[in-house]
This record gives sequence, structure tokens and C-alpha cells, in this order.
Amino acid sequence: MKIAVLLKQTFDTEAKITIDPSGQISRQGVSLIINPYDEYAVEEALRLKEKDGGEVTVILAGRPEGQDALRQALAMGADKAVLVTDEALADADEYSAAVVLAKAVAASEYDLVLGGWRAIDDGSAQVAVRVADLLGLPHVNVVTKLEIADGKALATREIEGGSEVVEVPLPALITAQKGLNEPRYPSMKGIMQAKKKPMQKLSLSDLGLDAAQVEAKVKAVEYFLPSARAAGKIIPGEAVEAACALVKLLREEAKII
Amino acid sequence: MAKGIWVFAEQRDGKIKNITFELLSAGRKIATETGEELAAVIFGKDVAKLTDVLGEYGADKVYLADDDSLAQYTTDAYSKVLADLIRENEPSVLMMGCTVQGRDLAARVAQKASTGLMSDCTGIDLVNGALSFVRPIYAGKAFVRAACHEARPVMATFRPNVLTADCQQAGRRAEVINVAVNVEAADIRQVIKDVIMQISTRPELTEANVIISGGRGMKGPENFKLLEDLADTLGAAVGASRAAVDAGWIGHTFQVGQTGKTVSPTLYIACGVSGAIQHLAGMSSSKCIVAVNKDPEANIFKVADYGIVGDVFEVLPILTDECKKMLAK
Repeated sequence: MKIAVLLKQTFDTEAKITIDPSGQISRQGVSLIINPYDEYAVEEALRLKEKDGGEVTVILAGRPEGQDALRQALAMGADKAVLVTDEALADADEYSAAVVLAKAVAASEYDLVLGGWRAIDDGSAQVAVRVADLLGLPHVNVVTKLEIADGKALATREIEGGSEVVEVPLPALITAQKGLNEPRYPSMKGIMQAKKKPMQKLSLSDLGLDAAQVEAKVKAVEYFLPSARAAGKIIPGEAVEAACALVKLLREEAKII
Repeated sequence: MAKGIWVFAEQRDGKIKNITFELLSAGRKIATETGEELAAVIFGKDVAKLTDVLGEYGADKVYLADDDSLAQYTTDAYSKVLADLIRENEPSVLMMGCTVQGRDLAARVAQKASTGLMSDCTGIDLVNGALSFVRPIYAGKAFVRAACHEARPVMATFRPNVLTADCQQAGRRAEVINVAVNVEAADIRQVIKDVIMQISTRPELTEANVIISGGRGMKGPENFKLLEDLADTLGAAVGASRAAVDAGWIGHTFQVGQTGKTVSPTLYIACGVSGAIQHLAGMSSSKCIVAVNKDPEANIFKVADYGIVGDVFEVLPILTDECKKMLAK
């Protein structure tokens, strides 16, 4: 089975967000990781390949440093990587990203497309679903269990207060949620092998796209940081005393219980 | 020219989600200012009875698609009917709840309509006729104000519990428009094989008014009973930090933070939670935060309105008892 995995490179979850003098989110000193939800997608692709054979291609559209994320996925065991970079993608939104990724996926053979259900930076949870629509594929979102058999995907997805088991015919797109699996760490051997695996670098024109076709629909007007919460009060006293005082404060001062 | 503010009214088992009323209330104010009509869109089977309350919350029109093919949510059926409806009526704005269903549907419909979608918004502003939307990024570590200048409809999903549902007027009625549904069996590729609902008397984490959350300081799964007792006393949901989830003490559906759920309840009580930056990102928009932690230096105290430096195992049972006494009064 041929599997395409959509990757995004994001700030580390421990990153502190600041805004630079030009009003943009500062990238200074921030360490970059594979979006954790995409890592579940990579892991799932590798497990499927190990079970039934096949080939895993990881695809990323973004900045040149995104190749580090791709290289890590190759070290985990993916077979090849595609990196799409272009200056015209500087202000990309979810629409732009989806158009580019869909073209890149369409350029290869695939039976299954996997991706994280959202990225931890913009948290939009749109791109993979948009890619599915562009490719005309059915999708199942927020999946915590996946079985592939007889040309079908049987996916358990999270819904409010429970879960739903959904079957779709292949080719299909599935988005990964935490719980799907436990991603492996690249082995030393994997890291060495990754250096020799193919990484195709493409521009928009290589994909037959021009800047107008990927122009963002949504534009950022301004970025700002949340107002800091005022420091609260520490309630003094032993456990009994403090707990009683707290309940009183919640009722009389905060008026919420 | 595109015209009309639309709200997708999400219902499950014949019950409309509260976010729908929040969106109608916000939409009503904008529609009145821009002189557009406000319309609600509702899909399902035997849901005609739900149209009255949509009118009460300010909808001028209700587009009602009542059909067997829409009895249960499937991405294909719902996105096809909604995208067709948009094509025919050209609304200027379409808002939905940022729920499991809303996220899934909105992204697919936005692509079919080749338009922009702002996800998980917490604010909407109309200045000089131009709409802009505020949304958290990096799970609330920062915010962006964004706009969709040309493509229509402008689409946005909104986080529940942020806008106020304050536009209800008893007796106000909407004009109901029955939508012809053209969904063939072959259009729906998702087959729902099973739905497993967890039997819980507690509210869903993202919709809860009060959340009692546990972290590494809870020391093991057996101690979550202490959190549950307090939660049940206050009608609250139970949440957890990544440390507690990764330790396997509680399922990941309960995780609050950057790789879990983002919540904004009225009251968030963090018990034995250190306050890692990725956890704070998921809960710091809570209206009131209480922290109980042994370590006076714990980060969580920096965002807490009220803090108790103490042992959760001592404090929690007393807190539960005191709350019971208070509520019994």
C-alpha cells in the first residue's frame, strides 16, 4: 500500500511565544518539531507498511527548515520525502497550504493519505480535510484507531462524549488524534539511513501552480499576546482552614458556586 | 452580491447545541448593524420542531433540510447539502460552533466554496462595515485578528462558552424555508458502523462550566476518585494534565492543554498540576482559576486567582465536604 503523510513543522510545545518589532510572531530561539499530531500519522503509516508492505512518502509545504522535520520522519522509517518551498507561500493560509499539498499528493501514487487532525500552532484543523476535498477523497477526522482491510478503512473517531466507528472506501484521508499510537524514536541506524533517502525539493511552478492560485483567502491583521492574568491570592492556613476559606471566597467574592 | 449572515444550527438527537444560540445572538447584532438578514440553517430528520427557538434567538429565516440522509451526521451528506445551499443563496457570512461536527463540516465546506475559514474564534468585530475575527493561536499563547477580504462567504467556527446567548425573545418567529435535499446513497462514502457513547453524568469537557483537573501530583489513577467526588458535587467535568495522561492514569480525551483540549470554563480547579506552559495554554482563558499544589513555587500559582499551598489528598476531601455544605444551604 502506498501511503502519503502530510507533515507540518511547528514550534515546540514548551516554546514561549513573543511578538517581534514588525508585529509578527517571533521565531527567534524557538526549537522546531514535527507537529505532534503529524507524528502519530507518520507512526501509523509505518505500522501499516510493516504489516502489509508498501511505501511511505512524507510531504511538507513550508519553509526550507521544514526539511529537518522530513528528515526526522525518514529516520523514523519513511521511504521518501517531498518538500515544497516557495516565496509565494510566505503568507499562506489553510487554503493555500491545501492547494499545494493536494497537488504534491496527486503527483504521486497513493492508496491512503494520513495527517494530524490539527497543528499545535494555528490549531485550525482544516488543511488535511481541505486536501481530501481537493482530491475528491472521503475523510475520517480525529481518529484514534485505524484498520485497513479489503480496500476499506475502518476508523474509530472521537466525538463529544464518545466515539464513532466509520468505514470509508480507499483511497481515503484519515487524520490522527492522540491515542492512535505511540510514535517511535528514530534509531541511530534510521538516522544514518535517512541521510541517503530521497528528498525531492519542489517549487510552486514544479507543481504547475502560480502565486495567484495559492493566494491566501484569510489574512492576519494583527498578532497580540493575551493580557497577563493578575496574580491571585494564596489562601493561608492549614488544609481545613484554607479549604473552608476558599469555598467562602468562591461563593461570596467570585460568586461562582 | 453576497448577502446574509448565516449560522449553522448544530443539533444532536433533536437537541440544539448551546453554541448555536450564542452564534445567533452575535449574528443578530451584526445583521442589524449591516442591514442584512440573519438566517439559521438546520439539518436532520424530524427537526422541524426546532425552528421556533431559532426564530426566538433572532433568525429572520430558517433553512430547514429535513431528510433521512441527514438523520445522522456524515461529512459527505452534510457538506454536499450545505455547499449546494451556499451556492444557491450566496450568504456573506457563515458561522458554526467549533465542535467536533462543526470543525469537520466547516473545513470541507470552506474548500468546496473556495473560501477562507477562521477556526476556533473567540471574538468577532464589525468596524466600518468590515468584519474581523479574533482567534487563539499556539493554544492561547497568542492571538491573531484575521479577516477574509474577498472570498465569500466568510466562514468562522467559534469556541463554545465565549459569546453570550442573550438575544432570546419569546414569540419571535422566523420564516421557514424547506430545502430540497438531493443526496443519493452513492454520495455518502462514510458508513457509520457503530456509535459508542461513554455513559457519564458529567458534562463534556469543552462545554463544562466547572472543571476539576488533576496532574502528576495526583500520584496515581486510584486518586482520581477525589477529583470525581468534587466534580460530581459541583456538576463539573474532570480534566487532566499531559503528565497524568501520559502516565496512563486517565484517557487522553480528558487532557487539557496544547496537545489536548482548550477549555474556558467559569471555574477551573487545578489539583496537583504544576502548570507547564503547554497546560496553561489550554486553560488560562478560564474565568476563575483555583490551584491546589504542595509546591509554593509551582507555575500554576502565577495564573491562579486563588491558591492553596497544600497536599491535594488533604485539601480535596475537605473542599468537597465544604462545597456540599455550602450548596445544601
